[in-house]
Amino acid sequence: MLQAIADIVRLDGAEKHFGAVRALSGVDFHVGAGECVGLVGHNGAGKSTLMHMVAGTLRPDGGQIAVRGNQEASYSVARALELGIRCVFQELSLCPNLSVAENTRINHPSLSGLGWRRKAAALIQAKLDEIFPDHRISADDIAGDLSIGRRQMVEVARAFTLTREPLHLVILDEPTSSLDAHTAGQLLAFVRRFVASGGSCILISHVLGEVLQNADRIVVMRDGKVVAADAASAFDRDKLVAAMGGAEGHQKAAAETRKVEAGALRVRARPARQQDGKELVARAGEIIGLAGLAGHGQTDLLLAIFSAASRARAGVEVTAPVALVAGDRQSDGIFAQWSIAQNIGIRSLQRLRNGLLISPQREADLAEFWKKKIGIRTPDMNNNIFSLSGGNQQKALFARALGSDAEIVLMDDPMRGVDIGTKLEVYDLVREEASKGRTFLWYTTETEELDNCDHVYVFKNGRIVANLGRDELTEEKIIQSSFGDAS
Amino acid sequence: MLPEMTAIAPGTLPKSPPRGGAARARLLRGLLPALSLALVLMAIAWLNPRAISYFGFNLMLNLAIPIALATISQMFVIAGNELDLSIGTFVGFVGCVTATWLRDAPLVGIAVLLGSIGVYALLGALIHLRNLPSIVVTLGMSFVWQGLAILILPKPGGKAPEWLLAITSFKPPYIPFPILAALIIGAVVHFGLMRTSYGVILRGSGGNAAALRRAGWSLLRTKIVLFALTGLFGVLSGMALIGITTSADANIGNGYTLLSIAGVILGGGEFVGGRVSPIGAVIGALTLALAASPLLTFMHIPPDWQVAANGAILIIVLAARVLISRRER
Repeated sequence: MLQAIADIVRLDGAEKHFGAVRALSGVDFHVGAGECVGLVGHNGAGKSTLMHMVAGTLRPDGGQIAVRGNQEASYSVARALELGIRCVFQELSLCPNLSVAENTRINHPSLSGLGWRRKAAALIQAKLDEIFPDHRISADDIAGDLSIGRRQMVEVARAFTLTREPLHLVILDEPTSSLDAHTAGQLLAFVRRFVASGGSCILISHVLGEVLQNADRIVVMRDGKVVAADAASAFDRDKLVAAMGGAEGHQKAAAETRKVEAGALRVRARPARQQDGKELVARAGEIIGLAGLAGHGQTDLLLAIFSAASRARAGVEVTAPVALVAGDRQSDGIFAQWSIAQNIGIRSLQRLRNGLLISPQREADLAEFWKKKIGIRTPDMNNNIFSLSGGNQQKALFARALGSDAEIVLMDDPMRGVDIGTKLEVYDLVREEASKGRTFLWYTTETEELDNCDHVYVFKNGRIVANLGRDELTEEKIIQSSFGDAS
Repeated sequence: MLPEMTAIAPGTLPKSPPRGGAARARLLRGLLPALSLALVLMAIAWLNPRAISYFGFNLMLNLAIPIALATISQMFVIAGNELDLSIGTFVGFVGCVTATWLRDAPLVGIAVLLGSIGVYALLGALIHLRNLPSIVVTLGMSFVWQGLAILILPKPGGKAPEWLLAITSFKPPYIPFPILAALIIGAVVHFGLMRTSYGVILRGSGGNAAALRRAGWSLLRTKIVLFALTGLFGVLSGMALIGITTSADANIGNGYTLLSIAGVILGGGEFVGGRVSPIGAVIGALTLALAASPLLTFMHIPPDWQVAANGAILIIVLAARVLISRRER
């Protein structure tokens, strides 16, 4: 009982599903008073889902949530704020059209009436001065005009401002992702002061050093479950990495080692934010992996290469036709009203033409060839593309790219939500096509897929931070590079 | 405690903010509506100096007040990232009610007008709850308002209530009434939307709705309030219009839909992002009212070409705005 009261928040058996995806499966989690809890895990481990639950923005599908020992039956954002629980979300949540003071007002319903503007300005200014002494942000600045780092500073400072509602727990989801080392240090020092004065904090960060140095206790999540939880002093970097990535290590698929002779240069590309001389080089017949945490510039580079194929672009050299297999097939890949055959043929219209018109015969031939080759399971290729299962839709998109004249195929994490059987078929096809001289650039968030690659570039903050050959490729190495503190 | 993090190496201090440029571009963009109004005024003064007088302004800005009110009305929906394609026919509907029921049976007239504001509020709720595109809903409503207006007043006629005529024919000393009224409208709405604490929430709903929801605000409520305000100013616009024209016609407001949208954009507003300016919108409406017929008549442009010339002015001003915004980035 005493323990329960000392807890600010406690979740028991929290569950959450998004469709068929199980984001959280029975997580127990608690934060005590005056405690800073570090939360780490790979992308999609369920950290953000868990935090949305604590902040009241997501309702759990199962399990219970208790605040200060009291069960909360109808927990919501408003209730969380009332109880003194606040969250700084990973995606910036300032209104870009409002000033810093006005953005502060949004979080404080009690800032109203005469003189609210002055009060809000004084409130945020004082907190910014306290946390980031040399911030150079004015309360009248429009949020949209501030640099991303300053916006993050405002957002963090705003979470710690105090009016009518109490303040017991602040969730910081990647609070330092846009801050430089100096301001990040100021923020973390402030967090320590806040915790020392009795407040509680949840710190989510991909910079493991930050978590190790600032958290009292560390919780490691993986695949929607808590896999380790202990005092911070019980962990070190390697232990954390091992817990996040799977301590059993990764058994390499017994893929035959393909002999790759250096072919002609196909792509040479340097990410826009690359500061050193590292660049991505791909030759004919190679399968190149792009790894690292999601959203660290892999897709941007693929799109840069894609556009460089049709129009010259600084820093990117492309010597052959390019096709892109989109990752988000619903929004970027599929023509929803079209048949399977039409969806496959769209990248090859030049070849399908007969005079001014598209020849239905050639389109059907192309579709039929790929139906057999890639095993699209449908009675009729003239059916609507949505008659296919998700995996078969993705196969059709592969057929679109592989059936075209493209010598370079860009894959933007195309295997999201695809069943294992389809995956294996596509892997075989990719290897087969590569041995015929095609080049594949393959961005994936699934580490096992990288085993199909000849070598792998690891991305961090829009830059290439490592280039791993096939023999030095381990999950641990990739995590090490993508979580590297130094950048 | 954190040696490598708190240590401040010289040269790692944050660089000075690149905000001066953005602020200057914003100021320039904020001045653009006033600039275009001044330009139109100068052109008029050059073409016909006698028009710049108390009497001249009263005449030229005759219809500016209903246009300004309709523009403000449109601005409220645009502040919430929506668009109202029914405002023109709604103004016509209100005009018909004003010229008939409001004169003959004031209580019924008031009830109908208040009810129509309520309908606007319900539309806001519907659009939010069902996640419908406002363009579709309001386009449908435009036919409803038009039909109702024709039912009330099948052929042009009716008469404005006396008290309304008294208001619109008010002649204050020195300052022409349309200018005075525009100043008051601009100031009142500016205070309400830009300075009050709930105005911040209304604009924030257009800027970043998710952030507002996470802070515990009801987006349903903001949408209802914005649409109700649109209805309120639509009613004011229709009444002002009838006060000036003295009688009504079911089609009297049809041009106001596009005019009001153009006025908001001309006044520095943007279609998405909650960036609107009440004072700019009023200035935009005045510019449109002046550029519409007085300027073009003075330029001896035949009426057949006036609509096209009006469009050309719009395109020039909006192009200037795009150029300035592009420099901002």
